[in-house]
Amino acid sequence: MRFFDLFELPVSFQIDNDLLLERYREIQKKVHPDNHANASENEKLLSVQRAAEVNDAYETLKKPLNRAEYMVSEHGFDVRHEQHTIRDGMFLMQQMELREELEEIESASDVEAAFDRFYADIKKLMDEFTEKFESEFKQASYESAADAVRKLRFIYKLKDEAQQLEEKLLDF
Amino acid sequence: MAYSEKVIDHYENPRNVGSFDKNDPTIATGMVGAPACGDVMKLQLKINESGIIEDAKFKTYGCGSAIASSSLVTEWVKGKSIEEAQKLSNTLIAEELALPPVKIHCSILAEDAIKAAIEDYKSKK
Repeated sequence: MRFFDLFELPVSFQIDNDLLLERYREIQKKVHPDNHANASENEKLLSVQRAAEVNDAYETLKKPLNRAEYMVSEHGFDVRHEQHTIRDGMFLMQQMELREELEEIESASDVEAAFDRFYADIKKLMDEFTEKFESEFKQASYESAADAVRKLRFIYKLKDEAQQLEEKLLDF
Repeated sequence: MAYSEKVIDHYENPRNVGSFDKNDPTIATGMVGAPACGDVMKLQLKINESGIIEDAKFKTYGCGSAIASSSLVTEWVKGKSIEEAQKLSNTLIAEELALPPVKIHCSILAEDAIKAAIEDYKSKK
């Protein structure tokens, strides 16, 4: 778990975001290419590379879905780049229905309240699969943990889409 | 990213969008999802007694390539036997739509949707 080691954080989905940011800034200061202005070309290049790596590690750990994907990827499940499909009929049917519900949200009598209800439903699902991921991961059941992460991808995407629609409809 | 003309055509004028009643015994439903991007696809086939696909409908929540892949598949499978439909590969779909490598998973999704629908048909018999 290189990324967790880099920031000297325990390998865990529960992360102290303030501490992560603090450690990130400390490291970034050290590796920043400007601090190596008098270094050789080779060393400068290395510091640029290093700074990019640190950025990547920070961005990965900062966002919950990216963090979960990273954690299972370190155990051989590269869910982000895998080409195969999932066929969990019950889960997919529910995802399809939620997307249909979102399509019709515009015609709700109280659109704002409809969005609140919708977000509450998504949050419930998100919590359910996040808990599943965490408990499977702790038990070293990485295949099942990866399956929960795959499902989280659909749920996060739905949330993004709901937010985009909400901005459009309620004209933020 | 630049979409090919065929993708744009299917995206703007998708063929056979919609749903059949999934409880109808002549209807086979395939539900698949791509965990890499979160796209969801439903493909339904109306299959007659001789095992010929008479009609097809799809509903896809996803990017242009995923919608085009499923739209194309509904056109291709109509009039085909189950055996013929089962042979439709993602490479054929990707070639027809000129999908770039990052969008190959959309064609895999469409191929798997056919397979999932046929499995559903066999389990219903």
